[in-house]
Amino acid sequence: MDESVTLKKLAQKFPDAVVGTHRYRGDDTAIVTKEKIRDICLFLRDDPDLLYNFMMDLTVVDYLGREPRFEVVYHLYSLAHNRRVRLKALVSESDLTIDSVVPVWIAADWFEREAYDMYGVIFQGHPNLRRILLYEGFEGHPLRKDYPLKKRQPLIGPVN
Amino acid sequence: MAEIAKDLHTEHMVINMGPSHPVTHGTVKFLVTLEGETIVDLDVEIGYLHRGFEKMCENSTWQQVMPYTDRLNYVSPLINNTGYALAVEKLLGIDVPERCKYLRVIACELSRLADHLTNVAAAGLELGAFTAFLYFVEARELVWDLIESLCGARVTVNYVRIGGLKNDLPERFEEKVRDVFREVRRLWKDVDKLLTKNRIFIDRMRGVGAISAEEAIAYGFTGPCLRACGVPYDVRKAQPYLVYDRMDFEVPIGETGDNFDKYLVRMEEMQQSMRIVEQALAQMPDGPINVRMPQVRMEPKEKIYTRIDSLIYHFKTVIEGIKPPPGEVYQAVEGGNGELGFYLVSDGSGKPVKCRVRPPCFALTAAMPRLVKGRLLADIVPTFDMINMIGGECDR
Amino acid sequence: MGLKLSRWRATRELRVGQRDSGGPERLLDGSVVLTRLEAAVNWARKYSFFLYPFVTACCGMEFMSVAGPRYDVDRFGAALPRFSPRQADLLMVVGTISHKQAPILVKVYNQMAEPKWVLAFGVCAVSGGFYDNYSVVQGIDTLIPVDVYVPGCPPRPEMVLDGLLQLQQKVKEERWSDWPRGQAPVSRC
Repeated sequence: MDESVTLKKLAQKFPDAVVGTHRYRGDDTAIVTKEKIRDICLFLRDDPDLLYNFMMDLTVVDYLGREPRFEVVYHLYSLAHNRRVRLKALVSESDLTIDSVVPVWIAADWFEREAYDMYGVIFQGHPNLRRILLYEGFEGHPLRKDYPLKKRQPLIGPVN
Repeated sequence: MAEIAKDLHTEHMVINMGPSHPVTHGTVKFLVTLEGETIVDLDVEIGYLHRGFEKMCENSTWQQVMPYTDRLNYVSPLINNTGYALAVEKLLGIDVPERCKYLRVIACELSRLADHLTNVAAAGLELGAFTAFLYFVEARELVWDLIESLCGARVTVNYVRIGGLKNDLPERFEEKVRDVFREVRRLWKDVDKLLTKNRIFIDRMRGVGAISAEEAIAYGFTGPCLRACGVPYDVRKAQPYLVYDRMDFEVPIGETGDNFDKYLVRMEEMQQSMRIVEQALAQMPDGPINVRMPQVRMEPKEKIYTRIDSLIYHFKTVIEGIKPPPGEVYQAVEGGNGELGFYLVSDGSGKPVKCRVRPPCFALTAAMPRLVKGRLLADIVPTFDMINMIGGECDR
Repeated sequence: MGLKLSRWRATRELRVGQRDSGGPERLLDGSVVLTRLEAAVNWARKYSFFLYPFVTACCGMEFMSVAGPRYDVDRFGAALPRFSPRQADLLMVVGTISHKQAPILVKVYNQMAEPKWVLAFGVCAVSGGFYDNYSVVQGIDTLIPVDVYVPGCPPRPEMVLDGLLQLQQKVKEERWSDWPRGQAPVSRC
């Protein structure tokens, strides 16, 4: 099947790192361990059958109560093959680090900063990992499921 | 001259441009390090319009997310509506009726037209071409009149529903489209004459903010800014959704990726959008506009008032929300600025676990330092205009 | 000259408190206008607003329309946006104010010279709108005093113009004793 070329090649190349693959509603997904994420991304970008040259999106999903709690989700697109793939790297709450993919796609720079800002995942090797949407001095990471929706922060006083 | 400069004590000057500055559209701060007028370094600070979109979505039912999507890219809200609805429909595994698809295409293209009109108008204004602004704002008013007659609102429309649309076309819509497009084309020609061969405009735009195709891809550029570099990537062509595969339209591309090419690409896309609307109106079949699934799309009001099963479905979907099966999808559409992707995660309940938007201008704004470093301070203005950073989309 | 002045007088703008124009004006053959200083100054102020558009979000689209040719705010004497707070006297807060933005808004407000007025444009500026969460200010009146509230998400241009007329009415009725003198800057954030 043409569509699953990516997943097949990925599972062949990294048998230890790929935890599972699936296809749902036409979206290819590979779940991987976080240790080799940069190698996997480099492979996806450079392999002539894959050539995922666009890093479209990077985000984190918080599955509160599950271990590992966080998933870093990468959406990649290959212009040459007109194909998409989703990578999900598992990150546990006790060790919130993962390798940065900025050396692979420079586009990851801001997306990783945002993920750090919103979820507190630390991207190792990121050139400039600091808050992007919120301000310095904001406490906590608001998109975590255990962060209250209406919690107020000290920046502008008790009225707000 | 060099001799004198050697003995002078000089140091770089760091200035704040924004966050409240006419060019920064109110929501972004540039920390510019200058040597004379040359930009040595630029740090972009965003987040001044962070409104907690994702957190709000996670606390709303699937249908309640729709008004929030309006306010993402408020210059082209209908495309955001459509993108979200398509993503949820993909998650549900349903297909909408033919007429609905055509109507959505019409809505999207009207919105894209308004988006590009606004962009060029604002760019003209900020480069001193006030007449172009007035002309295109008037053209946008005309397009908004159409949108208003279709949806009932001018800016934040909330027109698309999961599994359908709010309403069908109003009466005499084709006639109105014909009249409006005639006028918009006339204004387009006027602005084309005012700007495209205008020496001042060209001097400010040509060669500024140029980027090669490889670099643009590495930065994650999409939309008009990528096409200006000569890469013909358009989601409407690459992965057609709705009925774009039946439409005959061109994808304009540029050569150098500079601001002038971005401007030309946008100008041409307006013409293509108008073509698509006309074709869609001509091809559109009759028929229903909503899926007949009461657990997804509310039934007509008469039925809800008179039939008990319709009432129960209505109650369940309003109180609990529609319930897509557990899973996750990514659906991309071509937004005003590029690939607008929705990544949704469902756990089978009435509220999304995750409702992520891939904002096209986020990646574009991230490349601002690359685009203007080494150029003059004044070059920030046209470059930032042509990036068309929309606060609601970039900061969410 | 006399004709021009008497027509001007007929606008009734300057005749506050002078219902019977008999008296001294008639003696001087219509060549002068008598009014209270307060009324004259208010009349001048209400037709020469210099706006500072603090545009942040969606409402900016409608602000463009208000300034554009169809709705044309120029007709009400409030056409020229000033992007320096020192030159502006009407602060239009157009759009959502996030916590990150709030200190900037207060700073801009404090930098404006008296007399100054504030118009909250759109429901986010009025009350935070439907963004009741960790990052949005719940109405700018928690930060700075507001004169006119224009709700709507975003408000239609007609509504904005109506808000502007309301503000003009308010300015017209301001009393000498209401005029601010050396107020301390706002420091609520």
